[in-house]
Amino acid sequence: MSLKVLVGCKRVIDYAVKIRVRPDKLGVVTDGVKHSMNPFDEIAVEEAVRMKEKKLAKEIVVVSCGPQQAQETIRTALAMGADRGYHIDVAADKMATLQPIHVSKIMAKLAEKEKADIVMLGKLAIDDDSNQTAQMTAALLDWPQGVFASKVDAKDKGLEVVREIDGGLETINIDLPAVLSADLRLNEPRYATLPNIMKAKKKKVEKVKPEDLGVDITPRIEVVNVEDPPVREAGQSVGDVEELVGKLKDKGF
Amino acid sequence: MSLSSIARYAPRSCRHLFALSSVQSTRHMSGLGEATFTELPETHQMLKDTCRQFAENELWPIAGKIDKTQEYPEQQIHKMGELGLMGIDIPEEYGGTGLDALAYAVALTEISRGCASAGVIMSAHNSLYLGPVKYFGNHEQKENYVSPFIDGTKIGCFCLSEPGNGSDAGAASTTARDEGDHYVLNGTKAWITNSYQAEGVIVFATTDKAKKHKGISAFIVPKPTEGLSLGKKEEKLGIRASATSNVIFEDVKIPKENLLGTPGMGFKIAMMTLDSGRIGIAAQALGIAKNAFDTAVEYSSKRNSFGAPISKLQMIQSKIADMALKIEMSEMMMYKAAALKDAGKPFTKEAAMAKLACSETATYVAHQAIQVLGGMGYVSDMPVERNYRDARITEIYEGTSEIQRLVIAGNVMKEYGY
Repeated sequence: MSLKVLVGCKRVIDYAVKIRVRPDKLGVVTDGVKHSMNPFDEIAVEEAVRMKEKKLAKEIVVVSCGPQQAQETIRTALAMGADRGYHIDVAADKMATLQPIHVSKIMAKLAEKEKADIVMLGKLAIDDDSNQTAQMTAALLDWPQGVFASKVDAKDKGLEVVREIDGGLETINIDLPAVLSADLRLNEPRYATLPNIMKAKKKKVEKVKPEDLGVDITPRIEVVNVEDPPVREAGQSVGDVEELVGKLKDKGF
Repeated sequence: MSLSSIARYAPRSCRHLFALSSVQSTRHMSGLGEATFTELPETHQMLKDTCRQFAENELWPIAGKIDKTQEYPEQQIHKMGELGLMGIDIPEEYGGTGLDALAYAVALTEISRGCASAGVIMSAHNSLYLGPVKYFGNHEQKENYVSPFIDGTKIGCFCLSEPGNGSDAGAASTTARDEGDHYVLNGTKAWITNSYQAEGVIVFATTDKAKKHKGISAFIVPKPTEGLSLGKKEEKLGIRASATSNVIFEDVKIPKENLLGTPGMGFKIAMMTLDSGRIGIAAQALGIAKNAFDTAVEYSSKRNSFGAPISKLQMIQSKIADMALKIEMSEMMMYKAAALKDAGKPFTKEAAMAKLACSETATYVAHQAIQVLGGMGYVSDMPVERNYRDARITEIYEGTSEIQRLVIAGNVMKEYGY
């Protein structure tokens, strides 16, 4: 097989950062805050690189939407082993209302343009927890989807995907081309080695506007209010099960 | 005007034409950029992020354990080799990563933040073992003693100090007898980092004691070699996972081809090597300081006393401010030394300043961090006691703080024309 893999990677606030709500309560503080690639997207990039090492894939193209800083995320993916990248130029103030519906349209357009065989995404982004982009992209392309993938193998002319679902693990066979989304246990991403970081500088990154792909990113939502979750209240200790049931009944459950 | 001074005024693109010795032409014309006061070039920032991730995931979890057991972190050093950290400024033609002094400083700071022992292993290998061969070795020596030593599976060591002289490097009493087609080495070297694991040894020996420091030559000795043995592993206060011992030479025969540079060049090689090595140790000390500082700041925001986190108390704030300032100042000094080196400019004074500043910052910050943590700082449950022990050596090796002061003063007097 010599598949072309299109991988989406999102620049998000680093998982270790303490999130603070902005004073205007319309978002969170992002200025001067450490950002990195969404951890599930790192797993997606890693899987694509492994496919290339296994000679399943022949080219990896990565995509990131955002302002200039999105290029850092693309370079990290290139340093991990991707071949070239697309920076979809979206202004910083438009990022708050850029939704999975917009991103999935962009991914679908690029998948057609590049004639990709696989579109790989992280199962969700750790900032909005949407878990929609992969599914929407598959629907727009009318391609099969293997989401929450914890194992992907080539099988016959398609893929065998083991999915993590509520009840356990589900194995499905899907045709190519297909959309996949990476779950936590799919792999452990590699470190970008210094020689690869150096090589990444020479790889091509194409800057494109959403309009150039015919995608309209006009906001469909308006952020009304952002606030901290309520402070967790202390619990109550109960003596036995009867007391617990009594209290639940009192609360109306 | 001498060729060297013309070289300094040539536009950067032409500097390579003025390559005098292999020392001058080590400027990497890769246009990687220089650090400004506000940010690192993109490559270096990516490098820093990778090293930090590596340090957090691979070094930090084992740092406490290997401090107790004194075991060499073999697997982790292999991985560091795979990352490209064990030959970071070696040209790509010899298998290295081809990065610059700034990259070295940035990487080593992050690695040392995770584990100071891993930091010194990396530093001694890069600056003190690979350095001399890179700058003074011929092509064959580089093929035999650099290329195989890049992937983290083989490391080297540097033998200058002796039981009888450390700071007084010119008084070396290890001898090298010229016997026609080979040399015979006799003597004992002391305090050698990486001694146990090293498979390549840079050793300084005198061929003519009467010539004093001008009689010292540098040699590359493979290990094992007949006649080469090790003393007992020293039981150290800190950096305990790095092996330190005497290296003993008893009629060790080495072929003439293993002479580094020319006879009598040894002292100069040692001094120039130490200049670059000082940027490395500055980075290591800075990493230790930052680690201790992180712990102190976090602890102060969580530990409550007198009804509030102690970070609200002015005396704790004063300590935090002083620690933060010292760290910033020494980091800037380290960046400046690296920038000068990368620009092909003289950097001896600045490297000495960086090493002095960073090492004294490390001991200061570790000391104050223990103070901030109080009793908790004194027990092994928290890492600051290990930072305190690790920091102490940075004021001693690769030129004591006293020697650094002599180097700085000497350079200042020269600049002023005295």
